[in-house]
Parts: sequence; C-alpha cells; structure tokens
Amino acid sequence: MVDDDAVISFRDVTKGFGAIRALTSVSLEIRAGEFVAIIGPSGCGKSTLLRLASRLEHPSSGSIVRRTERIGYVFQEPTLMPWRTVRRNVELLAELEGVDRRLRRERADAVLRLVGLDEFADVLPAALSGGMKMRASLARSLLLDPELFLFDEPFGALDQITRHRLNAELMALFTQRPFAALFVTHSVEEAVYLSSRVLVMSARPGRLVDAFEVPFPYPRPNALRYEPAFATLAGRVASSLAEVA
Amino acid sequence: MSTVREAARMSGALRDAARSRSQVARLIRLAAPPLLVFLVVIGIWYAVTYLVLQPSRRFLLPPPHDVVRYGFMEPTTRAELWRGLLRSAHVAFLGLGVAFVIGFATAVLMSQAKWIERSLYPWAVVLQTVPILAIVPLLGFWFGFGLMSRVIVCVIIALFPIIINTLTGLLSADRRLHDLLTLHGAGRWTRLTKLQIPAALPDIFTGLRTSAGLAVIGAIVGDFFFGRGRPGLGLLLAQYSSRLKSEELLAAVLVACGFGVAVFSAFGWLGRRVVGAWDESWGATSRIEVQDEEATQGVQTDTSREGVGEPTGRGEAP
Repeated sequence: MVDDDAVISFRDVTKGFGAIRALTSVSLEIRAGEFVAIIGPSGCGKSTLLRLASRLEHPSSGSIVRRTERIGYVFQEPTLMPWRTVRRNVELLAELEGVDRRLRRERADAVLRLVGLDEFADVLPAALSGGMKMRASLARSLLLDPELFLFDEPFGALDQITRHRLNAELMALFTQRPFAALFVTHSVEEAVYLSSRVLVMSARPGRLVDAFEVPFPYPRPNALRYEPAFATLAGRVASSLAEVA
Repeated sequence: MSTVREAARMSGALRDAARSRSQVARLIRLAAPPLLVFLVVIGIWYAVTYLVLQPSRRFLLPPPHDVVRYGFMEPTTRAELWRGLLRSAHVAFLGLGVAFVIGFATAVLMSQAKWIERSLYPWAVVLQTVPILAIVPLLGFWFGFGLMSRVIVCVIIALFPIIINTLTGLLSADRRLHDLLTLHGAGRWTRLTKLQIPAALPDIFTGLRTSAGLAVIGAIVGDFFFGRGRPGLGLLLAQYSSRLKSEELLAAVLVACGFGVAVFSAFGWLGRRVVGAWDESWGATSRIEVQDEEATQGVQTDTSREGVGEPTGRGEAP
C-alpha cells in the first residue's frame, strides 16, 4: 500500500548496475516531518538508495513515487566550489533555479545566520575548517527550503566533537521546521540520536532487514546520548547491524 | 584623547616600518640564492675567457663586459636588438593568442562528448610531434616569409599544452557538483560556465604558462630558420653568428632568454592573481596557513557561544 501522506515511497525497488545487484526489493515510506536513518555495512547500496530518491538514477524494477520537487542533497564531502565565496556557494542552487539576485542574496544571508556562518560569508571555502565547510554545504541545501532532505554520510569525515555539534545543529534545524529526511550513516549513535526511525540494511545486494522506532521526543538534547534508554536502543541496532555485516 | 590617537598612529607607523623591513628581508632571502648562482656563472665565464682560451681564440667567448659594451651600449646594435625583440614579441603573443583561442575551443568541444574527444585527441598528439624545423621551409612556400608563417609556427608549437591542460581541467570538476547541477536542471551551457570552466582555470593557466614559453621559442626559432623577412631576434641570431660577431650574438641570446623568463613569469603572476587564492598548485597553501588561525578562532568563538542548537534561536527559517 502506498501511503498518501508519504513524501517519498519506494515500492519493491531493485537496482542493478550491469551484473552487480546493488539493491533488492526495497520498500520504504517517509512522511513529512519524519527523519529516517539508514545504516548498513559499506558498499551495501545506501548511496544508491539516495541517488534513486533524487532521480539521479532510476530503478531497474519497482517504483518510486515522490511528491515533492524540493529536495536537498548533502554529500559526504562539503563539495563547495573553491572559487566562490561562501555566500556565492550558498546561492548556487537559487542561481540555477533562476531566483532573482536580491532575493537569493537575502536568503543566503538568512541561512548563513542559521548555521552560524554569517561572519564568513565573504571568505573562500579554503579558509574554513572541515566542520565549517560542512555547515556551508548544509546552508547551500537549506536555501531552497527543501521538503525532502537526502543526507549521504554528511558528517562521516569529521572529528567526534565537531560531529556531535553538527548533529545538534541539524537537530535544531529539524525541530524548528520539520522536513522529511533520509539520512545515510555508518554511525549507530548518530542514527539513533537524529532519527525517528532507523532502518538496517544488509550487505550487497542491499535489502532493508530491520526497522527500529526511536521513541525519544524532539528536540533531543545532546545529553540524551548518555542515557540508558538510548544506549539500550543503540545496542539493539548495533547487534542487528552486526548480524548483516 | 589626541595623545592616545597619536600613540596609536605612531605604533601603526612602527608596525608598517617593521612590516616593510621584514618584506625587504624576505626579498633578500628569495633573491640571494639565484643571485649567487648568477655570480658563480659570471665567474666561470670570466675564467673560461681569460684562463682557458688562448688570446687568439678569445673571440669564441668574449668576456661579459664586452658583451655588454658591444651588445647593449652600442646604439646601433641596441636599436637592432630592441626592434628584433619587439618583432619577436609581436609574433609570440599573436601566436599564443591564436593558439589559446583554438586550443580552448578544441578542449571545450572535446569535453562535450567522448566521441569528439576520441576523434580529435590523436590529431592533437600528431600536431605535437610535427618536426617543426623540417616544415618551416614548407610553411614559407605556402604562406610566404612574413608574419603569417611565423605566427603559424608559434601556434603549432604552443597549441598542444593548451588543449591538453584545458581538457584535463574541464573534466576534473567534482562529480557531485555535476550531480548537484543535474538535480537543479542545469544544461550544458550552465554546466560549462558555472562549473567546468572555473574548475579548469588552474589547469588553463598551467597550459598558458607552458605555451607562452613555447611561443617565444617558436617565434625565435621560426625566424631563425625562415632566414628572411624583417628580422626578429631569431634572424639577428642567425646574422650575428654567420658574421662571427660573438659579442652581439651573446647579447641577442641574453635578450631572448630574458624575454622568455619575463613571459613565463608574467603568466605565473597572472595565474597566481586569478586562481592563487583558492587553488593549491597556484599558491593557495600559504594563504590557508594564514587563514587557518582565523578559522580556528571562528570555531572557538562558536563553542563559547554555548549551545549548538543556538543558531536556530537567532535565525529564521529561510
């Protein structure tokens, strides 16, 4: 059954590249305001799932219904244009969509304030630290006010402290204006902290093998990570992951 | 109040003085090693002229001061060299300009489709392997012995590095940025102007710098082998050498070298100006070191702002 409220729904989706089967019979629905994390061993097709959701790839069989064109895609690396200032990087997508110069400048400044980079609007990305670059990348995808966010291990390359801080910032953004999110990660802790539902994916060909509802109410304080209930749930997810890896 | 301001101005002046002093020191540090090599070479030159060569054979390598006297102080020779330099520079820049336009356009074409790249690439390589000296007379017959064929020699010699470097640059753009552009409906033109060409700039300048040097060589060598027409540096070299005027010959060689170095440095400077701020191979690293401190400070102030979720409270939804 396809849920009418779903921002995006995958039904029995299979994706192969030549002889390689990347994903097999994936069914999944994400409703507005739902934060879904996908966790699985490397090479299990998590990124493929995101590429399918964004329509950069198309399924070999099965169907994907997406009810919005407004998607934000955040990659593993910040992938900023080094020749553009932070502000001009953030403006990029609006520029591609033909948004008027004044309006996009206003919006860029607003999202830069939102991620705490307003003082760095006029510097080149080379002058930013890794965490700040990632924030600029986040700001870029926020600019067009997406209804569906696709995250491809966005904080994987950052150190623990920066990662926790960015998790909290993302949490704050999500709480303030909930969007539908599909968040791919390697970290059980990150998955449980951020999401309302954690899906575990098996090794190639990727299949969704387990699902965990995360009951903690938003906004979640950083201290949640150290509570027993959190640890218990993270433990269950981790052992499920250990079975498929 | 005014004394405070004055004191501030004084300390500012002191700081400026200190900065300019450190800049002088830096310049000395930078210039000293090559200058030392220069002095050693001049020393060896004198040694060969006066200690190795018999006086009767000294014309083979006249001492540096004679080169300066007969080559650069003699008004007729100086004027001759100056005119030659201007003509060769004219040819070289024209050639480089044409090579850049053709090379850039070719590279853009090649970047648009694999089959175009496959069709043109072998011919670009062939062009590079053309024995240019062998076809110089042929070019003379076809296009005359004037400006046209001299420029063509330059173009042939300077084209390849521009094509290859530009193409490499155009194809080097981040795959995920391509994805991002795809997601937002960017066509070929947008992709080219907003992503590929800017991403290619560092490589384009690398190609330009290499080709600028080659264009200078092309201008001089072409002139040398055409052997007629209005003399540029190459033809002067040929004339001096056939008349055994070794002082003038060496002076002409020095002018040619100086010209080559000047062109190479000019394009180096231009490259650093245009892409040096963000591209590491054009000098961005040193800037990063400087700015990293600021960046770290920024992060620190961030932490002290207490609260990671804080930004949301301050901003508003886009």
